[in-house]
Amino acid sequence: MGVRQLHRTEIQINRLRRPRLSWRGAPETDPVQRTMSLNRIASMGLLALIISLACLGNSTASAAGLKEALQGLGAKSRRTILRSIKVLGALGDPAALPALEALRDRKLRVDEQGRVLILDGGGAFARDIVTGERVAVGSGRLRSPVINNRVRRVLLPVIARLQLSSSSPEVRLAAARELAKRPRPDAAGAIRAALEAERDDEVRQALQLALAQIEIDSQDPRRRLSAVRTLGASADANVRERLRRMLQTNEAGEFTMEPNPEVRAAAADAIRTIERRLALVSLSRNLFYGVSLGSVLLLAALGLAITFGLMGVINMAHGEMLMLGAYATFVTQNLFRTYLPGWFDWYLVAAVPMAFGVSAVMGMVLERCILRHLYGRPLETLLATWGISLLLIQTVRLVFGAQNVEVASPTWMSGGTEVMQGLVLTHNRVAIVLFVFFAVALVWVLLRRTPLGLRVRAVTQNRSMAACMGVSVSRVDMWTFGLGSGIAGLGGVALSQIGNVGPELGQAYIVDSFMVVVLGGVGKIAGTVWGALCLGVVNKFLEPYTGAVLGKILVLAFIILFIQKRPQGMFALKGRTAEG
Amino acid sequence: MRQGRKRLRTMIATAALGALLTAPSYGAAEEEVIKVGILHSLSGTMAISETSLKDVALMAIEEINESGGLLGKKIKPIVVDPASNWPLFAEKARELIEKHKVAVVFGCWTSVSRKSVLPVFEELNALLFYPVQYEGEECSYNVFYTGAAPNQQAIPAVEYLMSEEGGGAKRFVLLGTDYVYPRTTNKILRAFLHQKGVSDDDIMEIYTPFGHSDYQTIVANIKRFAAAKPTAVISTINGDSNVPFYKELANQGVRAEDIPVIAFSVGEEELRGIDTAPLVGHLAAWNYFMSIDTPENREFVKKWKAYVKKHNLPGGDKRVTNDPMEATYIGIKMWAQAVLQAGTTDVDAVRQAMGYQTFKAPSGYEIRMDPKNHHLHKPVFIGEIREDGQFDIVWQTDGPIRAEPWSPYLPDSAKKVADWTYPWVCGNCTEPRYK
Repeated sequence: MGVRQLHRTEIQINRLRRPRLSWRGAPETDPVQRTMSLNRIASMGLLALIISLACLGNSTASAAGLKEALQGLGAKSRRTILRSIKVLGALGDPAALPALEALRDRKLRVDEQGRVLILDGGGAFARDIVTGERVAVGSGRLRSPVINNRVRRVLLPVIARLQLSSSSPEVRLAAARELAKRPRPDAAGAIRAALEAERDDEVRQALQLALAQIEIDSQDPRRRLSAVRTLGASADANVRERLRRMLQTNEAGEFTMEPNPEVRAAAADAIRTIERRLALVSLSRNLFYGVSLGSVLLLAALGLAITFGLMGVINMAHGEMLMLGAYATFVTQNLFRTYLPGWFDWYLVAAVPMAFGVSAVMGMVLERCILRHLYGRPLETLLATWGISLLLIQTVRLVFGAQNVEVASPTWMSGGTEVMQGLVLTHNRVAIVLFVFFAVALVWVLLRRTPLGLRVRAVTQNRSMAACMGVSVSRVDMWTFGLGSGIAGLGGVALSQIGNVGPELGQAYIVDSFMVVVLGGVGKIAGTVWGALCLGVVNKFLEPYTGAVLGKILVLAFIILFIQKRPQGMFALKGRTAEG
Repeated sequence: MRQGRKRLRTMIATAALGALLTAPSYGAAEEEVIKVGILHSLSGTMAISETSLKDVALMAIEEINESGGLLGKKIKPIVVDPASNWPLFAEKARELIEKHKVAVVFGCWTSVSRKSVLPVFEELNALLFYPVQYEGEECSYNVFYTGAAPNQQAIPAVEYLMSEEGGGAKRFVLLGTDYVYPRTTNKILRAFLHQKGVSDDDIMEIYTPFGHSDYQTIVANIKRFAAAKPTAVISTINGDSNVPFYKELANQGVRAEDIPVIAFSVGEEELRGIDTAPLVGHLAAWNYFMSIDTPENREFVKKWKAYVKKHNLPGGDKRVTNDPMEATYIGIKMWAQAVLQAGTTDVDAVRQAMGYQTFKAPSGYEIRMDPKNHHLHKPVFIGEIREDGQFDIVWQTDGPIRAEPWSPYLPDSAKKVADWTYPWVCGNCTEPRYK
């Protein structure tokens, strides 16, 4: 085995021609080669001598090769690009990194003289890929080399391998994870060398996982054993599949993949650990997804809990208040883009009061002009609000066009954080969960801690008595409806971050909103909160088993049964006011 | 009431007289127009996609009129709005044919709207040009299909994904919105994949309700499913749900080179309203892309931009061209050629003349109307989504492919033949009618 390993190292070093890649690193991290016999060490020493001599002679040749390969990145044919990437990977020269990254980010251009350029400074100027000199991007037509997923699959591991020597631990960590995703035997040397130099524990662990994924194919059972044991620490479904493949048997029950029983036992052990971890991950994932879906539902329904729940207006135009909030976000975004591009990431902060204001004013106008004439006539209210909703949809369509409009998420809301392996908390969902806390708190404070809230509660509990006490009932009605609509506008801000913003945005949420309010109990804000969270969590725990369509049907059926059994919803109003 | 009507009549008469006095030549030509119906939703859910088709149809008609009209007459477009309401499509179609006596109708987008107008066109023996890719399993005597049949879009797309170039996918997720187009397409794809040796264990079929926006669980499931083998997602998600789906993919760290998603209903127009950053590298299969670099397409795009500017259409210079728009344009141009050849707008004569019509399409190919099955022979392109909402073409067929409206991969439809020439004369038969 030792000889075989040696051969491999030799071939690798020859191919890589990379003086930085210390071959001495390998035996030290490797328990097998530490026990190498003397003559082998001697022969290794000899080999090293030859290689280092060869490297010296080769340095000029490899510089020419580097130049040619860099030039090849701008080729028209994808096959040439692919070959050039492989050559650059084999050379292992970090000087190629900017060029490769530019290719990945589509910042590479070829001008009419065939020079390959890297765009820089937001496309204002370019640098020659070989000489690095600054070139003005002017009149000439620039062609950009087209790469596809196949090229990217080769490109990304090469970039990752070069990034292992980066000074930033985050970059090294991402590179190590990338290498673990696509294990290639020719990366083993580079990973070992990186492990040798690495001090950051997290990066070390990722590198060890990446290395183990390669060594699992080793010829040496001891290496395989240690690789399998290392992989037991992973929570990656890919790794589990890889380990399962080791335990494959043929019809006769013989193990075809893994001859060594000790390794097999370790693999079975590792699979069990991974599965336990995966089960935990899946449980917490469903819980998070449920809470996140629940918070979206809650944001959509919170405004309705006021206009329908407290005031009793069957408000079919509620969805359009959400939609107006989303469009207000869109307008704010555009204003920021034009006038405050430096603050673009924070446009949502300004969009929140903006959306609240727009929807609230629209709600108050509606209440003053139309709804107050219809109190106590639910059927007419339903028809009138439905008509208003159609009117608002068509108005928005005329003003902004029938097309969806683009609302970009600020950078801090894109992407996700991996809290444990396999569980990614996406930032936009986390932000929405936090935002819902803010909205509920806002409503609670307004209703419980302000004079307006006191009057609102008085009027909704007993209208005529409140009027007798000198509360201006009709003004309170207007403020309440405005508040409910404004809260719906806040919901619109959140919805604009997870879905489309178009004239029909509200239509998708109106049924869900009524469902939540009715389930929670009409007239109770707390009911709405619990109703939304329950619906979200139940939905998400059902979905893996039933699929999205059947899951939704089952939830609806459940709500119908629940309302049959308990018409007042989860939380009922208590006391004399309930009958009123 | 009667008086009101009388007044109206005098008003119209005065107006007509005025028009006659100011533009006598125009008044004379008033008799000599060819009316053409345009049946696309301009309000409701489908307005998003269909408005552009109406615009491009008007552009093609304006172009024909500016070059002297057809048979010495001007073409007059009659635009109606079926408001994304399927029964209303049938009513509006009847109105166009019976009341306005149009020579031909260009229209519909969703399969359900086409199915709803089909009986009207067959009953009244009128012509419909349908410009959108669809699920096949249909071939009417009264319809010319200028969009793609499944073998002109879905099947080549899957073949590409299975090839080395496309990533050599071994597992497939068939993800769609729950309605007729995705269900039928996925049925065909499943049968096709079986034939290619992909077992049921390696196919996951998921459907979501219309307007679904919560793809967290689905993306997590796809990730788990993709662990064992190289996997690709074939998405027939309806326009609106695409944004939350792709956003979720990107946020959960699934990249196009790990699990490529190929979509059949995401084009330039759909990408216009979204933040494209999370979609970069994912794929779409169409018969036309705006980024195709041919003289014909540069001309087509230039004309479109000029038309948008001239008529000050909403969206302005952000407007794009896409596959169904090209199909609409080809349809109108081909119909005009057929009318010239037939020397009349009579439905039967034009239908006869339509077969074998060729047209140098913006995609750069000389494409041909099949006289037998009323579908176009079309080239297939696979594009990768770019940051700017356009596509990089990464693969294309050698040339136009003949449509197979009846899929050979479904046992029931494999037996059927669509052939409107002798001796078959049938769109849905297992043996010739005139043996």
